[in-house]
Amino acid sequence: MKPQRSLEIGTGLFVLLGFAALVFLTTQLPGSGMRVGAEQGYRVLAKFDNVGDLKPGAPVSMSGVRVGRVEAIRFDPTDYRAEVTLRIERQYDRIPDDSDASIQTQGLLGGKYVGIGAGGSETFLADGGRIDFTQSAIVLESLVNKFFANFADKGGAKAAPEQEEKTP
Amino acid sequence: MIAETLSRVGRVGLFLVRVLRQAPAALARPRAVVHQVYNAGARSLVIIMLSGLFVGMVLGLQGFDLLQRFGSEDALGIAAALGLLKELGPVVTALLFAGRAGTSLTSEIGLMRATDQLTAMEIMAVDPLRKVVAPRFLGGVIAMPLLVAVFNVVGLFGAQLIGVQVMGVDPGAFWSQMQGAVELDDVNEGIVKSLCFGVACSLVAVYEGYHAAPTAEGVGLATTRTVVISSVLTLLIDYILTAAFLGR
Repeated sequence: MKPQRSLEIGTGLFVLLGFAALVFLTTQLPGSGMRVGAEQGYRVLAKFDNVGDLKPGAPVSMSGVRVGRVEAIRFDPTDYRAEVTLRIERQYDRIPDDSDASIQTQGLLGGKYVGIGAGGSETFLADGGRIDFTQSAIVLESLVNKFFANFADKGGAKAAPEQEEKTP
Repeated sequence: MIAETLSRVGRVGLFLVRVLRQAPAALARPRAVVHQVYNAGARSLVIIMLSGLFVGMVLGLQGFDLLQRFGSEDALGIAAALGLLKELGPVVTALLFAGRAGTSLTSEIGLMRATDQLTAMEIMAVDPLRKVVAPRFLGGVIAMPLLVAVFNVVGLFGAQLIGVQVMGVDPGAFWSQMQGAVELDDVNEGIVKSLCFGVACSLVAVYEGYHAAPTAEGVGLATTRTVVISSVLTLLIDYILTAAFLGR
């Protein structure tokens, strides 16, 4: 009776562990399940015209050093802009309140992050403060489109006279 | 040669049908199935977790080395998660399962055959397919997806350990990019694959054991065949399923 009992308990534990792993995989990996690195600090809001594919959890950095994390991104229907909540670590409490925030890309294919450039004000950002100067994500596709539109314009202007020369 | 292969495939197929027909009867007495889930699953847990950890750590190292050349080491989470969920988790688990649980199934049933235990059951009007084969087959089929899930979670932990703790990838970027890129379909693909591998590996193991030549040498040969056939079959099915899922 004893070995049978421990065997059943062992099987139960195994099945439980397996299902816990399955649940973790199906609920935590896709979408926005778990937040890693939620830390203490103060919140700062910044509004952007376009956040690109910035995601909650992305780093916030100054001069390349991580000072915080993006906590939440939501759409503000009153002025049609994206409101990004940044959580800055408490030790970085001397960020001038006229600093600017921009959404930048890490490397060639990397993810987006928020870069903060220090301003010159004597007063500093505090909990619930706002960053007014923001620069949106550079959308690579629109940049490429613009480039090719320019290119086509120039190319067209050049090609046209050449054809005229050829036809007579 | 071709006729021999075809008839072999046919025999395995018919055997599967016979086992499945006994499956409800075996499930009606779940104690034997529970025993086999323990043998095939719980006892493979340590080797699965260790392998998962190391596979994940290697993924972390290799992925980091490759991605940092493009300056996108943040994408390590995506690479590790998709690699584990879709390919490495199911395939490596199935290969380990064939070596760890498949061999023990084959040699156990083969030895029962060699010592005339199966014949004795038939004489007592007990169907050995229901009493011996079906619970072992079902145990393997149930255990495999659970083992794969454990392997994936431990592997992700290993990749995270190397990527984030050792190599210094930002943990927020690691997780948030992974969560942004992994779809539920990717998880489902892994689950479907693990179910198919579970059926294939368990079927090969019980078939080879049941049809082993009733000698010491026969049981040894059958055990070897189980490992070889299960491994090749796993990789073949993996290719077919991958092609099917990508073609969708």
